[in-house]
Amino acid sequence: MTFSAAINAALKEELMRDENVFIFGEDVGIFGGCFGVTAGLYQEFGPERVIDTPISETAIIGVAVGAAAAGLRPVPEIMFMDFMGVCMDEIFNQATKMRYMFGGKAKIPMTIRTAFGAGFGAAAQHSQSIEAWFTHIPGLKVVMPSTPADAKGLLVSAIRDDNPVLFLEHKGLYAVEGEVPEGSFTIPLGKADIKREGNHVTIVATAMMVHRALQAAEELAAEGIEAEVVDPRTLQPLDKNAILKSVEKTGRLVIVQEAVKFSSFASEVAAIVSEEGFDLLDAPIKRVTAPFVPVPFSPPLEQAYIPSVASIVQAVKELG
Amino acid sequence: MELNENALLKMYRTMLTIREFEETASTLFANGEIPGFVHLYSGEEAVAVGIISQLEPGDYIASTHRGHGHMISRGGDIKLMFAELFGKKTGYCKGKGGSMHIADVSLGFLGANGIVGAGLPLAAGAAFACKYKKNGGVAVCFFGDGASNRGTLHESLNIASIWKLPAIFVCENNMYGISMNQKNHQNINDIADRASAYGIPGVSVDGNNVMAVFEAGQEAIKRARNGEGPTLIECKTYRYRGHFEGDPTVYRPDEEVQYWKQRDPIEQFKKRLVEMNVLTEEQDQAIRSEVRNLIREGVEFARNSEYPDVSELLTDVYC
Ligand SMILES: Cc1ncc(C[n+]2csc(CCOP(=O)(O)OP(=O)(O)O)c2C)c(N)n1
Repeated sequence: MTFSAAINAALKEELMRDENVFIFGEDVGIFGGCFGVTAGLYQEFGPERVIDTPISETAIIGVAVGAAAAGLRPVPEIMFMDFMGVCMDEIFNQATKMRYMFGGKAKIPMTIRTAFGAGFGAAAQHSQSIEAWFTHIPGLKVVMPSTPADAKGLLVSAIRDDNPVLFLEHKGLYAVEGEVPEGSFTIPLGKADIKREGNHVTIVATAMMVHRALQAAEELAAEGIEAEVVDPRTLQPLDKNAILKSVEKTGRLVIVQEAVKFSSFASEVAAIVSEEGFDLLDAPIKRVTAPFVPVPFSPPLEQAYIPSVASIVQAVKELG
Repeated sequence: MELNENALLKMYRTMLTIREFEETASTLFANGEIPGFVHLYSGEEAVAVGIISQLEPGDYIASTHRGHGHMISRGGDIKLMFAELFGKKTGYCKGKGGSMHIADVSLGFLGANGIVGAGLPLAAGAAFACKYKKNGGVAVCFFGDGASNRGTLHESLNIASIWKLPAIFVCENNMYGISMNQKNHQNINDIADRASAYGIPGVSVDGNNVMAVFEAGQEAIKRARNGEGPTLIECKTYRYRGHFEGDPTVYRPDEEVQYWKQRDPIEQFKKRLVEMNVLTEEQDQAIRSEVRNLIREGVEFARNSEYPDVSELLTDVYC
């Protein structure tokens, strides 16, 4: 099953299971979503549960917050993560603060789905990985799956979670195939997954970069270096114990992300490990990331922008 | 601007250039020569030409994701435009922007834009600068019917109206925001009605009639230059192609497309020019072949240009 079909299945099952769940966003109805992820849902659940919205991101997320506070479980879609700026107040001042400010007397069970990532010549306003903006907000959970099975199980958990959750889908993963267990299942938020076992180096990678890290691990294995690939899956809350445990085993850490390095998720992981696991390290931590520039349009520049398998292999080798 | 024969023929030629550019871009995209997203303007030529043909060198334009027509109307270099679409280093943005971000600030062209509705406050800002510098300039913002539901519309029209900014807000109402018909995305027929909420004039015109657009634009530009503030112009038109190249357009009936094609802005204008004895059939053929050559040269230039060197990845982030 593809990553896209897995998300579609999760949405369908949750729409079926709980009548308080509804999905809405730009072109999610008859069009089936800009990436085809919501295809068929409008036909099956009708325009009351699968709702096309105007181009009004502020209202889309604001409505989700209000509806969630009033007892529903909205699953709004923001077509591209790059458009999140339009609804930032609704996320970082409204959705994520209400419970705390109200002394715990509110819950905002909403799941924002959005697509991110480069690789399609979509240029600087349609290709960003800005997860770090969101992992910085107390009250918000941030999920970033890398496989179809993870996408399905994590999305179901996100929808059932009583907190605001940001669910990030890398555009390059939509067509990726993978085994997905039959029937309904969940994967808990905040639990990392070891995507490959190894004892020479830990590679922490997210989303698309999990696949590049696995490829790099294969190349390294041919040279006798066994990399352990840890996929946090949920960036906030972060399963730091899984990372520390892996580093305890390997003594080396490389963190790979598509986002730029400065003030990033990779920086946070590096900080946690140096703060709480300094003694476990046999070498300095390395971060493999995009350079500190917007995403370029031109294909050769864009390819140079995205961290490559070769750059991951090289980073591991530099650790000695 | 006086609409003499030369001016009319120039407008006609520009409309043909846009159409030829867009149809060629469509083929190039289908051939895999252009990466990324490509949103074409075919069918909407009268809007860009009707407004932009009367702007002066110091004026500004904030465009949209469907921006090729605006750029061509502004005198954009076809070669540099195609090179940008191809991602070549000779392009308007050195290959860093692509179709959705073509810009040339020296032409007062503040860029196509990947964020719907983002141009509205930018145009208000450029209009503010014109007023502040007292240079007589105006700023035009193009935006779609879909964009008219963004908060930026409200905030920009409001601020432009209270500050009496020399801004012209031109809504290209092609009836759809991707798959969403205007009927389903707002509760009004005429987007021009929204002007009344800001105490400014709002006019709704046939966006396939370049003369009607021209006249509405003339009035609005005059008002803006006289310090009387902004105008909202709604141009009712239709996009022939899908929202983006590759869009299967399942959301609209073929009859609707056919209906609009019978009201083609270029054919209508041609008819008018022939009636006015401004254009003969031979002249028309000559203009069309000139335009085709211009486009062909543009494509060849783009094809023969090089991609930017990878070292360019790190340039132009800061001054
Ligand atoms: C803020 C924002 N939301 C959504 C999108 C995705 N998107 C791009 S174009 C478009 C439709 C725009 O419709 P309209 O404004 O009517 O312009 P048209 O495409 O019809 O010219 C949408 C939803 C975007 N680019 N930016």
